Amino acid sequence: MKLKKKISVLDQHDKFGFWGGKFGGNFVPETLKKPINDLELLFNKLKNNKKFLSERDRYFKNWVGAPTRFIKLSNLTEHVGGAEIWSKVVSDANGGAHKIYNATVHCLLAKKSGKRIICGDTGAGYAGKMLSMAAKKFGLKCKIFMGAKDIERQQPNVKAIKSNGAEIVPVYSGSQTLVDAVSECMRFWVANCDTTAMCVGSTVGPNIFVKICGWSTSQISRELKIQILDEFGNIPKRLKLYNCVGGGSSSFGFWNEFMDYDKKQVEFIGVEAGGSSKSKKHAAPLTYGSKIGILHGAAQYVNQNSEGQIEETESISAGLDYPGVSPLHCFLKDTKRARYTAASDEDALKAFKIVSKYEAIRPSLEPSHAFSVAISEAKKLSKDTIVVVNSCGDAYKDRKILEKKLGVRL
Amino acid sequence: MINSISKAFNSAKKEGRPALLTYTVAGDNTKKNSLKILKAISKYADICELGFPHNTPIADGGQIQTSSYRAIKNGTKIKDVFEIVKDFKSSKFSKPIILMGYFNMILQYGQNKFLNDCKKNKIDGLIVVDLPWPENKKFASKCKKKSISFVQLISPTTSKNRLISIIKDSHNMIYYISMLSTTGGKLKVSPKKILLNYEKIKSINSNKNCVIGFGITEKSISSLKSADGLVVGSAICREITNSLNKRQNPVTKVGNMVKKLKNKIL
Repeated sequence: MKLKKKISVLDQHDKFGFWGGKFGGNFVPETLKKPINDLELLFNKLKNNKKFLSERDRYFKNWVGAPTRFIKLSNLTEHVGGAEIWSKVVSDANGGAHKIYNATVHCLLAKKSGKRIICGDTGAGYAGKMLSMAAKKFGLKCKIFMGAKDIERQQPNVKAIKSNGAEIVPVYSGSQTLVDAVSECMRFWVANCDTTAMCVGSTVGPNIFVKICGWSTSQISRELKIQILDEFGNIPKRLKLYNCVGGGSSSFGFWNEFMDYDKKQVEFIGVEAGGSSKSKKHAAPLTYGSKIGILHGAAQYVNQNSEGQIEETESISAGLDYPGVSPLHCFLKDTKRARYTAASDEDALKAFKIVSKYEAIRPSLEPSHAFSVAISEAKKLSKDTIVVVNSCGDAYKDRKILEKKLGVRL
Repeated sequence: MINSISKAFNSAKKEGRPALLTYTVAGDNTKKNSLKILKAISKYADICELGFPHNTPIADGGQIQTSSYRAIKNGTKIKDVFEIVKDFKSSKFSKPIILMGYFNMILQYGQNKFLNDCKKNKIDGLIVVDLPWPENKKFASKCKKKSISFVQLISPTTSKNRLISIIKDSHNMIYYISMLSTTGGKLKVSPKKILLNYEKIKSINSNKNCVIGFGITEKSISSLKSADGLVVGSAICREITNSLNKRQNPVTKVGNMVKKLKNKIL
């Protein structure tokens, strides 16, 4: 399995939609073949269309708020005492997380296709919040599927979704988290694909959804590359990009523009959710060697039992609490372009405490996983190494959990 | 391909009625009961579809999900599914069996091993919900080599060109999904319109046995009886759930229900 250069990873799949011959694809019911094909045709027509690109860029700039900040975390760097630690503060984006990019593009596509309703899944509530924002902006009706357990633990985002006029459909099946929300959303789409567009909230699902999401979040690395060149004059000799990985949308977007650099120069480190250190359950299929299986229409490394039943996951961060992972990350793992590891719930909480103590940013529990690994590795790295962590979400949504676990008030 | 599925369609045709196909989930509500239910159904049904339950189904509605979760909770594994079929096939009640489920289960079991075990246990056909054409070509031809029918699905969204290709690659049975819905949705399209689409399929190749499924209940079944076959699934699963809730015997309840269904298409 090999990664090609000078061609977007997003386009390095075969005619059946598989990356590296085995990740991704379209394992969907017959009913979805046509709406998926329609979406492919539309997206392929528009993704290089100058007018569409300038429309996208206009919304990203004026509405999402591009570029998000790229800042040096000087106090944290001094405290850790190793590599220089920087952050791309993607949580600056309208709504407070990277999910806005994918939501905006899906709503633009839905408008072009003449659909009037859009449905989507959400775990941490960010994908749902952003989709409801974008739907409101573009005059679409919006339906958000969310696990009952997540509704309980991510109330601020639930309120935001409702105040944007979207309907929240609680999902009570299975573990009542993201995995069940995605299934329920897909089922809804099967029954309503003639009138409704679907937005999959991460770089997961049937091939085209992986591509649209990765294409949208790549805005993060486009901005970052310019900002790094502005700051350092060139791409540093030792650059390390840390990002949390659940479905994998923010990390893919954070890395995509740097794909062709040698990994000795620009290394990608993906941090999965290891779950509670007291529990065997986790949401880290890449780190803990899960087998390839099919989840939500795509082949990927996924937590499952020997029969092929998808296993329940456990993580303090709802956004990473997913048994599978993007086919793109499976491909980047097997081609060894990216390195994957995991941080536990406790690690993430500790990292949140340190970062918010030394700096004026407060990463949500998802990027706190990435900060945890970045901090512990930065200690051992040379001073000329540049570590960048994507702070892809704001902790406001986690305040209930943080209050309970750390006694901090946000 | 002539196997017992074709024979079942032929004998229904001779009686001037559609074949009645039922769907139940293996292990629902227990391994023993699901075998008993199959036996009870077999007096009236022509072909029995048997689901091997998956916990992340993307095309099933509430009733079948409930049955599947119940079966998984009771510990139903693929080997149990094969055992149920083996028992059923060796009994005097034996009918053609079509296993139905999601591809990941087959993938984890091993495609060849799965098909060998299907063959060994006299399974006649397979429906894999999330393995559409053309992705299913390889697997379908593996099935054919073992004389197992791979049932192609067709939906109202299937384009004309696709329809022609799918029918060309199909074996002796095609499954037409009546409407845009997960299983068990309320029939939101008129029977007339469903039959119009059905006729389109038959006009491309009238030799293929085409069944209609999704949304078929005691109420709607008679209006579709000009088809080669009709599938009732969710209504049966709902009956199992209802009888459990009312502490009634699901075996008798489902048996009675399928008897009624049969009477409506005679």
